[in-house]
Amino acid sequence: MNSKSKMVLAIIIFAGGWIIGSNNNIAPVITSSVGGASYGGGFQSDISVGAVPHRTTLGTVHIVNPGDSIQTAVATAQPGDTIQVMPGTYSETVYIDKDDIHLVGVIKQGNRATMDGLGKLNDAILYSGNNIIIENFRITRYKGNGIMGQAGNNFEIRNNVIVDTGIYGIFPQLGTNGLVEHNVVSGIEDAAIYIGMSDNIHVAYNEVFDSVAGIEIENSRHAIVEHNNAHHNTGGILAFVTPGLPIKTTEDVIIRNNFVLNNNTPNFGAPGSIVSGIPAGTGILVMAADDVIIEGNIISNNKTAGIIINDHSFATTITMDVESDPNSDRTMILDNVMLNNGYDTITEVTALALTELHTGLVDIVHVGPSNGSCIINRHRYRTLGIGNYGECDFTNTDSTDTYLLAGGAKPRTIDPEARGEIAYLGVCTGCHSYTGRLIGPSVKVIQAMYAGNPQGLADYINAPIKRRDNFPEMPAQNYLDTQTQLAVAKYMLQVDN
Amino acid sequence: MGKLIAHNSNAGVIFCVYSLFFSVFLSAPLSLAKPFFSLSDQCPPSFSLNSDNQCQLRNLYQFYDSLQDRGLGGLKTALPEHRDGFSPQQIDLGRLLFFDPVLSGDKNLSCANCHNPALGFSDGMGRSVGAGGKVSQRSAPTLWNSAFLRVFFWDARANSLEEQAVGPLFSDHEMANTPQQLIANLSQVDAYPQLFSQAFPDSGDPLIIDNIATALSAFQSSLISLNSPYDRYAHGDANALSSAELEGLNVFRSFVARCSQCHTPPLFTNQQVAVIGTPEPTGLARDIGAAQTFNAERLRGGFKVPTLRNIARTAPYMHSGKFTTLRDAAEFYTKGRGHAVPEGETLLLHWHISDPKLTDTELDRLVDFMGALTDERFIPKIPDQVPSGLLNSKVNISLVTELGEN
Repeated sequence: MNSKSKMVLAIIIFAGGWIIGSNNNIAPVITSSVGGASYGGGFQSDISVGAVPHRTTLGTVHIVNPGDSIQTAVATAQPGDTIQVMPGTYSETVYIDKDDIHLVGVIKQGNRATMDGLGKLNDAILYSGNNIIIENFRITRYKGNGIMGQAGNNFEIRNNVIVDTGIYGIFPQLGTNGLVEHNVVSGIEDAAIYIGMSDNIHVAYNEVFDSVAGIEIENSRHAIVEHNNAHHNTGGILAFVTPGLPIKTTEDVIIRNNFVLNNNTPNFGAPGSIVSGIPAGTGILVMAADDVIIEGNIISNNKTAGIIINDHSFATTITMDVESDPNSDRTMILDNVMLNNGYDTITEVTALALTELHTGLVDIVHVGPSNGSCIINRHRYRTLGIGNYGECDFTNTDSTDTYLLAGGAKPRTIDPEARGEIAYLGVCTGCHSYTGRLIGPSVKVIQAMYAGNPQGLADYINAPIKRRDNFPEMPAQNYLDTQTQLAVAKYMLQVDN
Repeated sequence: MGKLIAHNSNAGVIFCVYSLFFSVFLSAPLSLAKPFFSLSDQCPPSFSLNSDNQCQLRNLYQFYDSLQDRGLGGLKTALPEHRDGFSPQQIDLGRLLFFDPVLSGDKNLSCANCHNPALGFSDGMGRSVGAGGKVSQRSAPTLWNSAFLRVFFWDARANSLEEQAVGPLFSDHEMANTPQQLIANLSQVDAYPQLFSQAFPDSGDPLIIDNIATALSAFQSSLISLNSPYDRYAHGDANALSSAELEGLNVFRSFVARCSQCHTPPLFTNQQVAVIGTPEPTGLARDIGAAQTFNAERLRGGFKVPTLRNIARTAPYMHSGKFTTLRDAAEFYTKGRGHAVPEGETLLLHWHISDPKLTDTELDRLVDFMGALTDERFIPKIPDQVPSGLLNSKVNISLVTELGEN
């Protein structure tokens, strides 16, 4: 954190006047978190066994051996297929631009399929398709990301070991319904696991360490982060809103039952990156995120503070965004075990401590406005800035197992007739006008040729042959499924203008 | 589409060459046989006419969804919400107005002067030239796919097509008209009162500024470019991109180059303001951009992320045209964070402006990929003649070129 942002924080603290008396003489409210009311405010989901729907029929299994290209197998594979990559070293970027592919590393006696970027390649695995599984790889020495998703829904990223890749270890972005579990990620310049602009996410049983941020939930909704071990990062677990991104909120995040230990690694984030402003020694950080529940974590030996909750004015290195609400509202802190946090904290926290006549360790610090936040058993912790927190009217999140969607996120369904119109108007009319020549022959001419024969026209659309010397060859429209091809043929044969 | 009854397409070419010749010498209306104008009752290609006489956009991206319905993501992702629902007549009236110099104060400039369909609906200039030869501060953005935008102008100061449309009409540096003068001038053109009545049949007094804005918006919203080689690849044609273009796509979306983090598919913009720190042309003061719009110093030098669709057609690049080629524009991002920010200038650079150290080959591939975002299949027909009879030499030259290519 640079000196400028420290100064700004200090000004906010003093201007805000966080002088709230400590309740030394009042008997604490002791709440049992065993049993009792459970949180019911979050996303309602049925219990689901995973993020990717189970296959009802098994596709082809493609085997990739050392010396082969994984991408060649991806290019050959059809949706529904599985690609098994045998132990060995592979240096390539794999991109999956199709649906329902399971990319599985095979582990033999501890030897993994290893993707090695040699310090030269950009990303190891990119996917944009839906229903993608990526598991059991070892990924190292890439410059960009280990595994990156761009808008794929229903994904499972599991049991991968990612060491010393560049910016993010695992980064699903703009996707709905994903499971990230049992990965071991270390040595990452930004976040080891970064959930960006996504919905319905479950991050569990991962070990993240030696990175700037361990696990980051950014501009995302309905996420559960549980049973992870985040240690020896600059910051352990983060939930925040980055302003300037096109999706503006982080809401409904449960951070529970994680180990958040010894996150004191000096910040080695790239200059200008959002995480470069995180002070070393941050256990859990909530910034501008709403409805975040922190429960059941063991948070210890984080030198700045165990839990920091703040708003956007904390960070002067980030942009201004009128559409982004800067405050952390409705932070809910249930029982956590917090030991020896804040033993060597930053000057802003010390300054805030002074205003509250607080000395020594700091478990929880809240800076900036907050509406509707609550805590139970506050007397257990060394706290700053939480005087306006109420008592939570629930004690646990036991009734919420997951925010994953039962059966997965469903694709948009459009009836065949509408698909025909969409494809005709969206594509065909670029080259075919109703009367007269555009690039191809007129629709009237086509109608005369294929009257009563939509299947014949659909077959032609799928695999055109050159018929007219003075016309360019029509490109095949075989990327449309056969149902859509027939629908567009039927539609084309009945248009009348 | 609207048609000029007097001319077939061959005659159109002859007419254009002829008018070009005369336009050099004449700024008065040509005294050819008075054409008859009527507005089309058909929607442009890619639109479906519904029973309320509204044109509804259809495209293959409507097969897909997007997170939070924001129209951002990867390959098979829905587009952002769009504007449509204008009538065929409004779209066609907008087309005639768009190409008619009578809209400007001195009757010399049409919208098409700076948004020339033959130049990707831009003008090939770093900074556009308005009325009286005044050079404006910024370049003319493309109008392709503006139906999908929710913020307009480089500095993000307008929030609708209508708000955008009237901006240049009444800007001193652009078309330099006034509302009163514009209405008066249009009223004096024989065809317009009747064409406005056709396009706005429920309007008691159809020739008003709001309806001009609506017609121009209607026309702009019909400029759809979604059939590039990239789009075919996105919809599932694995062979639609060459290997060089595909390599470029993977650089583009990699987290080293990070292009797609702001130029996000399928529109290739996330419509946010970003401060990237490009240099101004020599001798020009720093353009503070969105800092003025939002009264926020943190946005100093910030501009709306532009779409990259048809980007190969709209050189030069950046808000004031500093870079002549796409290669130069791409190279800017790999020359170091803040390398072009002058001494004494303080900019809060975007976090994705990093130091990716792209190779020359990677830059070449990025240029290849951006070339695969070109699709001008739905280019509208340039009217052979506009209702005022005024000529627009620059646009007509381009028309001859276009026809020559076919």
